[in-house]
Order: sequence, then C-alpha cells, then structure tokens
Amino acid sequence: MRSLSEIDTISKRALRAKGFSWGIAEEIGKSVKQLELFGLPGLKNLNQYLKIYDQNKFQKIKLISKSNISENKFHCPISLGIGFLDQIKSLEKLKSLEFNKIAYPILFLSFASRASEVLGKKILVKLDEKEFILNFNQSIFGNYSKNEIWENANSVLINFLDNNNSFSEEEWKEMTKFANETFVEESDELKEKSAGAGLTDND
Amino acid sequence: MEVQLRSPKEIMKLSRLGCFHQSKLSFLRSFLEEFKDWKYSRDLFELNKEGYGRAVYSFSKNNRTYSLICFANELKDDERSDRVIATKWDAAFALYDGIPNKQDIERLYENVPKQEVGRLSYKELTLSRANRSVRLFNEVVESLSNGRQPDKNILSKVGYLYRTTAVYGSGKFGLADRFRVKNRSEIKGPFRLEMMLVYLVRQFTFDQINHIAKNKNPKRFVELDSEIAKGLGIGNSTGLGMAPFIVNHPTLLNNWVLARETVLKKIREIENVDKNQFNTFLTCLKKSIKNVKNWNTDSDFQKKKIKELSNDLEKTIKYLETINVNQKFLFNEIYKWAENQVCDECLEYLVSIFMEPFDEIVNKFKDKMSSDEDRYFTIPTERKTSELRDILEKNYSDILKLDFLKKEKNYNFWFISKNKEEPRLGRRFEVNGSELEQPLAIARDIKKLYEKVIVTKNSLPIAEFLIENDDLRHVVRRAFIIEKFPYSEILDNTIGQKLMPIDMLRFKLSFFGAIKFDPRSDKWLRICMFQGAPLPNQLNNFNDKWVYETLN
Repeated sequence: MRSLSEIDTISKRALRAKGFSWGIAEEIGKSVKQLELFGLPGLKNLNQYLKIYDQNKFQKIKLISKSNISENKFHCPISLGIGFLDQIKSLEKLKSLEFNKIAYPILFLSFASRASEVLGKKILVKLDEKEFILNFNQSIFGNYSKNEIWENANSVLINFLDNNNSFSEEEWKEMTKFANETFVEESDELKEKSAGAGLTDND
Repeated sequence: MEVQLRSPKEIMKLSRLGCFHQSKLSFLRSFLEEFKDWKYSRDLFELNKEGYGRAVYSFSKNNRTYSLICFANELKDDERSDRVIATKWDAAFALYDGIPNKQDIERLYENVPKQEVGRLSYKELTLSRANRSVRLFNEVVESLSNGRQPDKNILSKVGYLYRTTAVYGSGKFGLADRFRVKNRSEIKGPFRLEMMLVYLVRQFTFDQINHIAKNKNPKRFVELDSEIAKGLGIGNSTGLGMAPFIVNHPTLLNNWVLARETVLKKIREIENVDKNQFNTFLTCLKKSIKNVKNWNTDSDFQKKKIKELSNDLEKTIKYLETINVNQKFLFNEIYKWAENQVCDECLEYLVSIFMEPFDEIVNKFKDKMSSDEDRYFTIPTERKTSELRDILEKNYSDILKLDFLKKEKNYNFWFISKNKEEPRLGRRFEVNGSELEQPLAIARDIKKLYEKVIVTKNSLPIAEFLIENDDLRHVVRRAFIIEKFPYSEILDNTIGQKLMPIDMLRFKLSFFGAIKFDPRSDKWLRICMFQGAPLPNQLNNFNDKWVYETLN
C-alpha cells in the first residue's frame, strides 16, 4: 500500500513534469492526498488526466463568475479548482454557481473541499446526477463510491450551504428533556450549601 | 525587564544555523526523558556465531509496544559504503508498531535489508540501515574475546561501533504516515520514533559485539563494560538528503527555532539567578570541554571552528570565574558579554548550555516543537498585494538586496537524482539539468516575487495576482507563512557560490542532539548520537546531563 506521503510527492512531481508551476504542483499533491484519504480515486484520475494532457486543450478559467459556460473545451479541473479555492471569498456572495463541461471532476472536488474549510461553510456540489456535500474538508459525503476514472461531468452546480442545523427546534427540545435527566433537583439546602454564593447574594 | 527575541535576520543565516549545538531541547534527550519509564526488553536474539541473524527489542507501556526488528547481514569489505547509492549494509532495521509475529518478521526480512527498493507497510514506523566502523569493531571484538576491555583512547577517536547512513520515517517507502500516530502523547515531539530506532540500534551493536566475541573465544571472553558501552554512541553519515527538509517544512523549522529562542529569552529575563543554577551551568560547561577536545575531524573548515570554540570557551570560563554571580539578570549579562567577545560557534554553544539548569522553562517547550504543515498551506487569497509587499519588505529585507543576475549568486541548483531519488546540488552553468530545478532557491524566488509585487496595483487581491503569476505561487505561500512564523525561513541564499550545504545539515542534526560534527566535504558529514547516554536498563534512574558525562 502506498502511503499518503508518497501519493502527495508523486502527484506533485508528476504535475511539475507536465509544466505546471511548483506552487500549483504543491496544491495538487495535497489535493490528491486528501481525496485518497477520503476514499475517492484521486491518483487514478490525475494519472488519466496527465496521460491525455498533451493532446487535449482544456479550458483554463481565470475569474470565475456565476455562470461559466465553455462552448467547446472541457474545463481543466486543476485550473478551475485552484481558481475556485483562491476566489472562494468573493464567490460565496453569489450563493450558487454553475459550470458546464468539467474534465475529471473528482480532482475539482478536493479543491472545493478545501474551500469549504476556508469559508467555514458546507458546500453542495452536483456533478451531473451525483451529489457531494463537502464538510469543512473533514469529509466528503456523496452518492458516489466508485473506484473509477470519471472523465467528465457535463453539468456542475455549486451551492454554498448556510450554517443551519440538520434538526428541528422541536427535536432539540426533546433531546434537551432527555439530557436534563442527568441533572439533580436542587432543594433550598443544596442551593445554600452547594453553590458558591448564598441565597441572598443579590447585588 | 523584557528581553527581545533574537531577530530571525540574525539567527536564520546559514552560517549561524551551522553553529548550533545540541541542548536540552534536542530530540534524543527528550526521547530518553519521555521513555524512561517504559519497559525495555530484548525479545528475540537469533544470531549465528559470526553475529548474523535477527533480533527484536521493544519498549512497552500500558497497551502500547514499539519493537525494533534488526537484521544483521554478512557484508564483504568491498561492498560496504556509507553513500546513499549503496545497496547492502551490515545491518538493517525497522521500528514496528506493536509486537511483530513470525509472519511480520519474515515479511520484513524480505524487505528491510533492501531498504529503498523494499516495501514497508503502515505497521512500520521508521526504517534504517547501518555499517560497522570496521576497524573499531574488529578491535573491540579482539579485545573482548581475549578477556580485556578495549582501549578507551581508541574508542574515543571514533565514538561508535556502527554508523547509520539513513533513517526514514513519515510515509517513506510505504511506512506509516505521520497522521496515523501523531496524536499519541509519547511521540508528540518531533522525531521521537527516529530517535527510538537509533537508540535501540545502539544497544543491538553492544549485544552483537558481545555475542561475536563470546563465540570467538568462549573461555576467555569478557562482556563490554557497561560504563565503556555508555561512552559509545551511534554514528551517522548524512548527505544532502537532509537539506531540503528544513526548506520544505517551514512551520516546523519555525517551531524548533522559536522554542530555542524563547527559552533563551526567558533565561535572560530571570532577575535573580540561584547560585546552584549558575553552578550547574558552569559545571556542565566545564565538563563539556572534554567533548570539544575529543571532537576529531580532518575538515579544515571544522578544525578552524573547533579551535575558535576552544579558545573562546577558555576565555568564557575565565570570565565566568570572576563574574559577580549575585548580580541581577546574570544570564543576560553573560549573554551580552558573549555576544561581543566570542565567535558565533561559541555563542550558540553557550546558549545551549544556558538551558541545563532550567528544566521548568525548557520542558514547557518540548511538546511545542512539532507542527502540522497542512494547517498553514492554504494561501489567504483575499489579502491584498500591498500586504504581501509589506510582508516581503519586513521579513526578507536582506534577501531583497541580493542580485541574482550575478553568476555567483545563482551558481547552484538543487535537483533530484534519477537513480536514487535523492537531492543533489549541481553547478548551474557547468552541468545539465537546471531546467528540472527543485523549488529550494527561496531567496531568488522571493526576490522575483518582490519585483512583480512592486509593479502591481496595491489593492489587487492575491487571488487575482496569482492568476497572472502562478509561477510564484510557492513563494507567495511562504511569505504568508513567515508573517505568522518568523523563524520559518532560511534568510540566506541557498544557491550561491559560497553556500556550505553542511550548515543546513548541521542545523537539523543539532536539534536531533548530534555531537562531533565531522564534515567529510561541503556536502556530507559524520556525527555521533547518544554518546554517553544511559543504557536501556539504566533508564529508570539516570543523570539528564549525561551528555557531559561521557568517558570520551
């Protein structure tokens, strides 16, 4: 089994060998490592991307906007991912974003995962019919678990999720009732002897 | 009185880093403190008469066990090499997480002696190999098998029976990644597992030599005296492989130096120094001179430094014998005197020994010397270019004065060799390969970044600056790291003609706790570790100033 450290190093070097800058190569090393840690096939997809990199011209986006449509070429997942990560604070204001045509979308996910941590918000990414919730770069939850090369997604929707609870106020109250059963009912005597201040300690 | 931390611009110069010495903060000393109440045992010792075979040593506490698995191999003299290109060694080792079963040992037997071309698993934590110091090893076997202890003078010239030539950890060759073990309290400090491996290897060398001598002459043999054994350490031969580490781990570098600098500051700020504390310092200093006198090297570069150190230590002791020990802020006074009167080598030596009486200060910092680099990896791209410019001007002012258009400033380049995947240093204008340069020319790239930044609109967010300047992304990241971690950067030119790469190696090795730096060229050196350290069966009660008690 390859260690994550080896995966980081090999990914970084491989990207550099294709002419990416060291700074970008460092980013992809961390990203692929993170994908593998989360159980997603990062290295497999990066490998395939690099194999076809010289023959395919990918769309390299600079400033990301609310709607990012490429007519012909597929978006480069690395360029898009780094742009998304770098511009995340301004993109958040747009609430949601859309792209079309993204190559090797698994690679994009790792950058979006890191962006979720930077924002302190969960991010929902829909890649065609598959959905992923990115949880502050602590985990990626989704309806996809295949260990395969995913060549492209035609439609990409991104929503920045507000920091809301996953439960209702009613459910919280019910849980509170259970939790309160660990408390001791205080008699006057307990109030007097067990707290720091006395009963008449009013300012 | 508040003493300021010493400036990174003063401390983080290569020539100064190359003057650092072991101290109470050093990892091998911290390792011994941490593991002194662990149960040590030799679990397996299956060597043939010549000393070849396998052995297992362990440290255990509660439900945790770390086991060193040793494989000793027959090696012809002409096959023995300390260079990283070697493919065979006298012995090879792996530190196993837990208690290995027979299948584990067989699996490791197939892989550990092969080192870089073998494969390890997440159950193994560190990996190493070592070669005998042949002349000394044979001499000691000869003495012990003839019923006498070896000549201490001969021992002191070398100081060890075996030399490790690499110690790997943190995910290399399939070893466990750091994240798997980083929350274990006993290994929170840096390099604890590497230190454990080296320490147990040392014990293996003693057991092996006793075993060989006994089998050579069972009737006359005597065991190596434990006091003599204590005076022997483990050697290490280190090349350029170590140098990129301190560039590639900026926050870790910061935390090591910051710990040292903060301890120094706190010691200088002590208003009333107890006489016993001063005496402890002076005693350690005087005893340590024996280590300096026995610091052998053929390197003219190092000989000159040792001579200056020796002279300045004599001068310092004379000064200390006349000083008023009752004066306030005594250590600050000593420091200020030394700053003006002694060479950098001696100044840093004194800083290390200042720490000896002050456990209560030093111990607070031992666990603060690790770092999780990934936490500081993401660039704060919402910041403005003007802020980046300010950071560069504040932290890299000396670097910005360098002219990299001059050949001598841009003389070398760092690369990874294809056949060994090890870092190397090449002369840019004489050899091929500079197009594959590693990102270790930080000073040059910071200068390039600055030249871009000063012609960029101040209000431009870094996110947009990076769109047009992605070739500088790696140094933009570093600039935002140095803002928070002032000691995170070597503030010097790592590609200049005058570069002494061994300064980088020595700096790192000093934090390990190595002594007797012996440069064999400007690119590799030999050192000694654990010389004078208690043996494993003495760990429950030992003098923590053992480093100054060596017989050698």
